[in-house]
Amino acid sequence: MPEIRVTPLGAGQDVGRSCILVSIAGKNVMLDCGMHMGFNDDRRFPDFSYITQNGRLTDFLDCVIISHFHLDHCGALPYFSEMVGYDGPIYMTHPTQAICPILLEDYRKIAVDKKGEANFFTSQMIKDCMKKVVAVHLHQTVQVDDELEIKAYYAGHVLGAAMFQIKVGSESVVYTGDYNMTPDRHLGAAWIDKCRPNLLITESTYATTIRDSKRCRERDFLKKVHETVERGGKVLIPVFALGRAQELCILLETFWERMNLKVPIYFSTGLTEKANHYYKLFIPWTNQKIRKTFVQRNMFEFKHIKAFDRAFADNPGPMVVFATPGMLHAGQSLQIFRKWAGNEKNMVIMPGYCVQGTVGHKILSGQRKLEMEGRQVLEVKMQVEYMSFSAHADAKGIMQLVGQAEPESVLLVHGEAKKMEFLKQKIEQELRVSCYMPANGETVTLPTSPSIPVGISLGLLKREMAQGLLPEAKKPRLLHGTLIMKDSNFRLVSSEQALKELGLAEHQLRFTCRVHLHDTRKEQEMALRVYSHLKSVLKDHCVQHLPDGSVTVESILIQAAAPSEDPGTKVLLVSWTYQDEELGSFLTSLLKKGLPQAPS
Amino acid sequence: MAAHLKKRVYEEFTKVVQQQQEEIATKKLRLTKPSKSAALHIDLCKATSPADALQYLLQFARKPVEAESVEGVVRILLEHYYKENDPSVRLKIASLLGLLSKTAGFSPDCIMDDAINILQNEKSHQVLAQLLDTLLAIGTKLPENQAIQMRLVDVACKHLTDTSHGVRNKCLQLLGNLGSLEKSVTKDAEGLAARDVQKIIGDYFSDQDPRVRTAAIKAMLQLHERGLKLHQTIYNQACKLLSDDYEQVRSAAVQLIWVVSQLYPESIVPIPSSNEEIRLVDDAFGKICHMVSDGSWVVRVQAAKLLGSMEQVSSHFLEQTLDKKLMSDLRRKRTAHERAKELYSSGEFSSGRKWGDDAPKEEVDTGAVNLIESGACGAFVHGLEDEMYEVRIAAVEALCMLAQSSPSFAEKCLDFLVDMFNDEIEEVRLQSIHTMRKISNNITLREDQLDTVLAVLEDSSRDIREALHELLCCTNVSTKEGIHLALVELLKNLTKYPTDRDSIWKCLKFLGSRHPTLVLPLVPELLSTHPFFDTAEPDMDDPAYIAVLVLIFNAAKTCPTMPALFSDHTFRHYAYLRDSLSHLVPALRLPGRKLVSSAVSPSIISQEDPSQQFLQQSLERVYSLQHLDPQGAQELLEFTIRDLQRLGELQSELAGVADFSATYLRCQLLLIKALQEKLWNVAAPLYLKQSDLASAAAKQIMEETYKMEFMYSGVENKQVVIIHHMRLQAKALQLIVTARTTRGLDPLFGMCEKFLQEVDFFQRYFIADLPHLQDSFVDKLLDLMPRLMTSKPAEVVKILQTMLRQSAFLHLPLPEQIHKASATIIEPAGESDNPLRFTSGLVVALDVDATLEHVQDPQNTVKVQVLYPDGQAQMIHPKPADFRNPGPGRHRLITQVYLSHTAWTEACQVEVRLLLAYNSSARIPKCPWMEGGEVSPQVETSIEGTIPFSKPVKVYIMPKPARR
Repeated sequence: MPEIRVTPLGAGQDVGRSCILVSIAGKNVMLDCGMHMGFNDDRRFPDFSYITQNGRLTDFLDCVIISHFHLDHCGALPYFSEMVGYDGPIYMTHPTQAICPILLEDYRKIAVDKKGEANFFTSQMIKDCMKKVVAVHLHQTVQVDDELEIKAYYAGHVLGAAMFQIKVGSESVVYTGDYNMTPDRHLGAAWIDKCRPNLLITESTYATTIRDSKRCRERDFLKKVHETVERGGKVLIPVFALGRAQELCILLETFWERMNLKVPIYFSTGLTEKANHYYKLFIPWTNQKIRKTFVQRNMFEFKHIKAFDRAFADNPGPMVVFATPGMLHAGQSLQIFRKWAGNEKNMVIMPGYCVQGTVGHKILSGQRKLEMEGRQVLEVKMQVEYMSFSAHADAKGIMQLVGQAEPESVLLVHGEAKKMEFLKQKIEQELRVSCYMPANGETVTLPTSPSIPVGISLGLLKREMAQGLLPEAKKPRLLHGTLIMKDSNFRLVSSEQALKELGLAEHQLRFTCRVHLHDTRKEQEMALRVYSHLKSVLKDHCVQHLPDGSVTVESILIQAAAPSEDPGTKVLLVSWTYQDEELGSFLTSLLKKGLPQAPS
Repeated sequence: MAAHLKKRVYEEFTKVVQQQQEEIATKKLRLTKPSKSAALHIDLCKATSPADALQYLLQFARKPVEAESVEGVVRILLEHYYKENDPSVRLKIASLLGLLSKTAGFSPDCIMDDAINILQNEKSHQVLAQLLDTLLAIGTKLPENQAIQMRLVDVACKHLTDTSHGVRNKCLQLLGNLGSLEKSVTKDAEGLAARDVQKIIGDYFSDQDPRVRTAAIKAMLQLHERGLKLHQTIYNQACKLLSDDYEQVRSAAVQLIWVVSQLYPESIVPIPSSNEEIRLVDDAFGKICHMVSDGSWVVRVQAAKLLGSMEQVSSHFLEQTLDKKLMSDLRRKRTAHERAKELYSSGEFSSGRKWGDDAPKEEVDTGAVNLIESGACGAFVHGLEDEMYEVRIAAVEALCMLAQSSPSFAEKCLDFLVDMFNDEIEEVRLQSIHTMRKISNNITLREDQLDTVLAVLEDSSRDIREALHELLCCTNVSTKEGIHLALVELLKNLTKYPTDRDSIWKCLKFLGSRHPTLVLPLVPELLSTHPFFDTAEPDMDDPAYIAVLVLIFNAAKTCPTMPALFSDHTFRHYAYLRDSLSHLVPALRLPGRKLVSSAVSPSIISQEDPSQQFLQQSLERVYSLQHLDPQGAQELLEFTIRDLQRLGELQSELAGVADFSATYLRCQLLLIKALQEKLWNVAAPLYLKQSDLASAAAKQIMEETYKMEFMYSGVENKQVVIIHHMRLQAKALQLIVTARTTRGLDPLFGMCEKFLQEVDFFQRYFIADLPHLQDSFVDKLLDLMPRLMTSKPAEVVKILQTMLRQSAFLHLPLPEQIHKASATIIEPAGESDNPLRFTSGLVVALDVDATLEHVQDPQNTVKVQVLYPDGQAQMIHPKPADFRNPGPGRHRLITQVYLSHTAWTEACQVEVRLLLAYNSSARIPKCPWMEGGEVSPQVETSIEGTIPFSKPVKVYIMPKPARR
């Protein structure tokens, strides 16, 4: 029985360390290769020994697909390809290919230089790993080998995020990666066609949330910033360098443009400048507005947003500063925060979730006095705002995507078990689609019934077409032919051709049958009666009465004979070839019922 | 139609005449006529290969064919069709047949038999499809012939089983366009089986080819458009098509569902998998709402648009479209809108300072949450958040239409509309502001909503700000804080964008007059009066102060207690403003002041009927013109013109008609005067000095006729004839005058020729109207046309002169609605004493802002002219995007004019004015044969002349020499 097997090595009932193994029609594909942010030991990377104990990974995996550049989806890639050892192709989209190494390098620096970890991958390894990458375009069908093909769909979420369809023959799996069903200021919404895969593997981060309109959120954000700078205050927005930061930049930039504001906006330098550069390059991946207007002006060439310099923080007057990192735990954002915290005119806006223990979390939970290093106490007088900008699909969005793709079954990953449970129940209830949610290391097996394509010879098809009306859509139809299986392909040809090809002689096969009828009349008369009877019953067949006293219906021969022993019974000999089996058996049963009483 | 045809015939004539001018034209005419078909025949016989034949056919198709020779051409084409083996040539012939059968004046029933005949023997699917298309053309040409329609429907049904989708498509199209409307008709004597066209088409809803499915739905829609009542059974079939794999099928299916829902809104349909039943329109509404989250944006746009016109839907369903139950981690959450409302009602204003502010409240019952609600839930929430702005605009429009019909819905959708004010695409913002304005009588803005609305006032786009001002003009504000807030924001806007002055004042005028009671408590604060101390008198020229006063005075109009709060200088300022800005400041009943007579308005209304009568009478009086002696005629005309002009001034609604007829009479007057001149009897050399008057008259008549033709909207063909006729007379006059004043015949030859061409043109163009012109100048002229053609110039002139004198006065039928185009330049104001300085040789941009009224097609006709002191004139063509259309018949031109000049020593004034460009040949309709063909576009764009139609504005400029 053919089947699809799915085993999550990471992201099974969990967020982070996305890594899912899929075997489909004998092909093994690894989807994403991420790291876990919550661990610092071996658990941070997927357990690749699950795939093979001692063989080379390359022999077991046909390809690796990376959905987008977030570290929980690509963080383990250099480790996997260089340290564990994999030489096969790695597929990702162009923007991911461009941005991924920057983030990996950043990650490596923090792990090695800051935390001093040994036995970590090196810069060279990142480079080597990226050499194995094959970039794909949206909606481009890539043939990995003769049978396996993959295709990328737009996913929103971050620049270059994609959903992948993996297809072997008629069996297919769609992996969504992370996606967003509502467009934002710089990216569009995920879209997939009605590809009807056997299995849809979807993320379920917000499985139990239905989100409010993004407009209120944006408006709130803009209003807060605007009010503060009008008062003459300074606004600090701690962000991570990629993703949301660009959305907020665009938001503020367009607002500044619209409202004709002159207050300076700064963006802390470093990583971001490089990233912004890529955003400028990959315009086709952005949303409608940016795509439409980039000819006049590339939206990522910010007019109002300038590079930040340390010295600017002390400048008088209002300003807005985007600073890294996002949770106010270190670096530039924290420095600026310390400078500005004392003034109640100023404001800090936290655009996302903060991990417990960070300064961000403390101030969000209402702490007004912070202990800094060196026993200093910092009094926070500035306003603290929280704003949630998230780019995952909510429960409704997930349902919408499932509805769009129309899969046979759904598998949930990248979410908490409890939340998945709810969504699973909903999917099964409302869409009537079976749903799975395996834990890490647990294998889901899905039996499939792949359809087998059979080639039909044109001659046969035309002959069949000529016989009857057009084939009714979605209705089976009977067709006579010979199936030839040769070199793992199937052909349906007419029997004559099959005989010719195989060099066989044709055998005639005839069925004959005797029908006994009680009749006292002569054979000729009898035959005439049979003829008129059949003629009246079988209106659309060719019934003939031959001069030698026999009757033919198409190619079926009926002869009347009188057995010598009993003059009261006559015997009808019916003979037909096996091709006319249907008609022949019908005729015999008809004749067995007897002839109607002749009007004598 | 007939006129059109004849015109074409004449065109052929002229062509021949021009080509062979030396020979005798009349003989050639008959010879050239059948040449068309003959030439084609020869060409086709010559063709050696199919490619050649195709080339000939393509060439042939470029030229029009006159109706008389169509049949001959068709025969030749058919003959070749039978012989032709190449399908591409046959295809072209088939398409030509279709084109030819569309020729006006040709009755295609004679070629139908042939067409059906060749259809039966045709093997190529493409040619078959094209032939069916031809049949469709024939069928639509003969809508009243039932027998033919029946036959064609029969043919279509026969070919419906074809294997090619193209053929099936065309068959369905044929059925949709020609399928019989009533059952009774089908029992025709022909003996053709009555066919249920709807059922036949319906069967193809499940065709294997999506294109055929689409065509089937389209055919069904076509049946509906032709007035056939669709069966309700189609509804279920169409619903199945909503989940089709192909977007064009879904898109058409949405339309079909909408049509059925409009036909049977009240019938009851069961809800599947339950025992309940709902109204069909509600069910359809739910289904279309579901399509708003379709995968294809084309379908989404379609669905969102159609939602707007489903007004019969019950309010319960309607309100669901804005409903989206939020939850977070399985707990119910309130939307930001709900929170804002709550905050507002609890009295607190600013929000969201805490992290947990939007923390989820109660637990949600997991079983009760429905993630993909069937039906209408949240359709608009999705539509307004869509990725494509086309969908968002469609959703906003739909919202607008639904809100207009349901006040409760209007109240509910307010939050969403306000949100749309922050959309990233300007068009969407603008659209939502307009929508809000349209529904504003149904709503009252809450303070927090007003806040968001007002925030948009800072937008840098002028359109947005002005739309918003218009919105504020007609919104209801609930509290005095709201009014204050609006005023503060508007003043902020004024300081930021001083050019918005007029618009802001107007906005405040309405704001004041709508909310007098809310303004009242604000007055002391606004005027900064103090109970004990006198405060400083504000600056009267400050636009902000004027804005405040406009608000207060308009509120005071209906609030008699308000003037008591004014201080002395406020009264003085009132008097000043009442004079200077009378359109903004109403007459107030102030203590100790006499009220300005306001009794004017009621009397005008009662007089309306008599004035109309008066107009009629004075025009009728003119009919008797002919029977009067020249002197009397002149007098009659003079005082009628005077009457009409006065009437136009008094009665603005009759101004267009009065002006129009006065202009016409003036032309006539000028003509009479010119003919009255003594000079006609004197010998030639003596006129030289006197003929000025006559030629000036001729010139003026020409100008006036152009004005009549192009400056009035609503001029119909009837009037155009008369106007052209008048112009023709003026041209004749000009010719006579020239003939008399110039010596030598050479120039006269040319002029005569030209004049005769004009006459010819007139005849061709207005052939249908000629019968109305009995006894007129042109009527007589045409009688003598053959003689004129052969006469010498001197003779022509003589004939013309007598005819001009004898011709009768044509009276001008009045059009229903006629308005004179007018324009006012708002900016530049032309009062500034400070010259605009710029370096000579470089350019300076001058902002021009003007309102245009009753101008048709301003994008092409309105030009800006700049006149420099040295007489140099420059014409500027504004971009089409510079024109806005704020209301019917009104346009607004906001553009920039670039000036440049060499250095002047003194600052000098340049004149800026608006011109109306016209081109009299653009009115001539093109022949349909050439439609879509390569017609040279220059005909339309060329300008024949211009009419100034605004008061010139003087701008002081000073080009300085460049410093070295």
